[in-house]
Amino acid sequence: MTDATAPAAAPAPRPGHTAGSLLTLDKRTRARNAAEARFRLYGAIAVGIALVALVWLLISIMSGGLSAFRQTMITMPVYLPAEELDEAGNRNPAEMSRVTTLGYARVLDQALIALMAEQGIAIEGLSEDDASDIISQEAAAQLRNRVLANPDLVGTTVESEVLTNGRIDGYFKGRVTMASAELDSNVTPEQLRLADALRANGVLEKRINWAFLTMPDASDQRPEAAGLGVAILGSLYMMLVVLVLSVPIGVAASIYLEEFAPKNRFTDLIEVNIANLAAVPSIVFGILGLAIFINFAGLPQSAPVVGGLVLTLMTIPTIIIATRAALKAVPPSIRDAALGVGASKMQSVFHHVLPLAMPGILTGTIIGLAQALGETAPLLLIGMVAFVRNYPSAPPEGIFDPASALPVQVYNWTQRGDPAFVERASGAIIVLLVFLILMNAVAIILRRRFERRW
Amino acid sequence: MNDMRLVERDVDATDIKIKARNVQVYYGASHAIKDVDVDILDKTVTAFIGPSGCGKSTFLRCLNRMNDTIDIARIEGQILLDGEDIYDKRVDPVQLRAKVGMVFQKPNPFPKSIYDNVAYGPKIHGLTRSKAELDEVVEKSLRRAALWGEVKDRLDKPGTGLSGGQQQRLCIARAVATSPEVLLMDEPCSALDPIATAQVEELIDELKQNFSVVIVTHSMQQAARVSQRTAFFHLGNLVEYGETGQIFTNPSDPRTESYITGRIG
Repeated sequence: MTDATAPAAAPAPRPGHTAGSLLTLDKRTRARNAAEARFRLYGAIAVGIALVALVWLLISIMSGGLSAFRQTMITMPVYLPAEELDEAGNRNPAEMSRVTTLGYARVLDQALIALMAEQGIAIEGLSEDDASDIISQEAAAQLRNRVLANPDLVGTTVESEVLTNGRIDGYFKGRVTMASAELDSNVTPEQLRLADALRANGVLEKRINWAFLTMPDASDQRPEAAGLGVAILGSLYMMLVVLVLSVPIGVAASIYLEEFAPKNRFTDLIEVNIANLAAVPSIVFGILGLAIFINFAGLPQSAPVVGGLVLTLMTIPTIIIATRAALKAVPPSIRDAALGVGASKMQSVFHHVLPLAMPGILTGTIIGLAQALGETAPLLLIGMVAFVRNYPSAPPEGIFDPASALPVQVYNWTQRGDPAFVERASGAIIVLLVFLILMNAVAIILRRRFERRW
Repeated sequence: MNDMRLVERDVDATDIKIKARNVQVYYGASHAIKDVDVDILDKTVTAFIGPSGCGKSTFLRCLNRMNDTIDIARIEGQILLDGEDIYDKRVDPVQLRAKVGMVFQKPNPFPKSIYDNVAYGPKIHGLTRSKAELDEVVEKSLRRAALWGEVKDRLDKPGTGLSGGQQQRLCIARAVATSPEVLLMDEPCSALDPIATAQVEELIDELKQNFSVVIVTHSMQQAARVSQRTAFFHLGNLVEYGETGQIFTNPSDPRTESYITGRIG
């Protein structure tokens, strides 16, 4: 067109055909590039929002929950007077058990008052009764258990770590302040000053709280003693049940459906229903479990076996879908190769297809299990929300004993009045998240190990 | 086609290994193979040629019942292997496939070691009694596939790590390890470069001393080079079947001639 020698012959540029230099972008290219840049920006924004939400979630849980792993305790010598704890004088635990926790609470009170006298701590306006109230009621129960387990301690002085009550603990974690204590009927500023003095003398301090992971739940009045022991065991037992039932059933069902079943209307129907089953709200499975496993089959309430069965029902569709996808992803040439050398259908599946599908199956299974671990709603309906203080015994009998579960324990604690339980619930969420991260890590490791190229 | 050897070559074996009569194959409603009659000779290389979609691969897959794995495929007629109907109800396709081995278009070694690839067939058919015997079979099969020299020091390495041509020869070794009587090859060289193709063709020529080889190929030159007998398929019909030399030099059907001279296909 710019060719001056052939002005008449120069044809008009065809539409959609660039006539200009390659060094300048035409309008169309500019518009396309702009669209691409916009799309990238949207993507980056979406990822950013997701990351911010995640970080926010983690920060709020960590800031609320990490303190649950440390607990305020008083370390002091406790004299165990024989005349009060063992009237008969024969160190027989059966007879000694007649002394209730009230008796041991008195012993602790005396020990604290003796400690204050020894260290010269005197708080104005603080009665002896009020002073001893900074000790948790649970501390007496713990001391009683310790003495009954070892009666020879009676008559001696033992060094004890004594739980303080939840308000004192809260004072050192920022929940309780002098100002709020003025208004609180459960704690007085004088008690807080006593705690400060004990802390200054080094007898009261925050220590790592293993009891949070090992001890059972405690009542509403004793948040300082509440632990996750029963819930962790219950969740573990349920996962065992889920693993033992759902993996063989799910994998076998998907192998059959994918490799052996005839493709007809009936199998199509099954396929659609499995997909639907994966989308059924979990609470519906809970009602089903209540009706079938408890009311009809007569299995015990609150037991991990029932929870495990309900979660198995929920997990099977997830496992089947993941396993079928993994089996489908195995190239058909491998099946042909196996059949071509005269392997039977089953040999071709078990020798060649299944090993190649293994990473996908394992990942799907572990994701299904992780989902089951965090499931709460169906467990509420089958009674796992009960207050359980006794540890279930070892499996297999233990799966029939009442237990709690981690997510239900979180739910349970968030329902309670004392603000100290908010910290406990956040701590329990951290424990749950740690378990989930561990399971996902296992999934990744197994995936790496089994992954093969073809 | 200009290979002078092909006219000199004559067919010495005359035993019929596979006899197909009135074979019809349907994929759902479409009629893929119509009325095919073929006699495949023992210790001979038979080539199936024809344009794409003419049914030559479909027919090949009938010979070891690989079409059974396709739900909508339906086969009628009779295919006799040594006089026995392979579509008889009493025949287990697994046992049949041990006798009629197959090599596929794309090299498809198992994602296992080279050794395990070759040893798999003998293992599942219980052909060997001891590890030493199995080692022997593996070595013999790899030698037959002209691969032994290249892989003997790395038998425990994955078979998928070999080059394309080596992989295809590994698949041939795997197929011959079960000592089949017939070896079906579905375009075995289509994924290979000319050098690897030459190696495989040489191999086919040697294999015919022990097996009856049926090869599907798109390349007429290849058919002319390796086969003694050639069958030309067109639109599901077997148009012409005869000695390779005669098909390529003096076809009796005009369609064969058009295909060979490149006018259709």
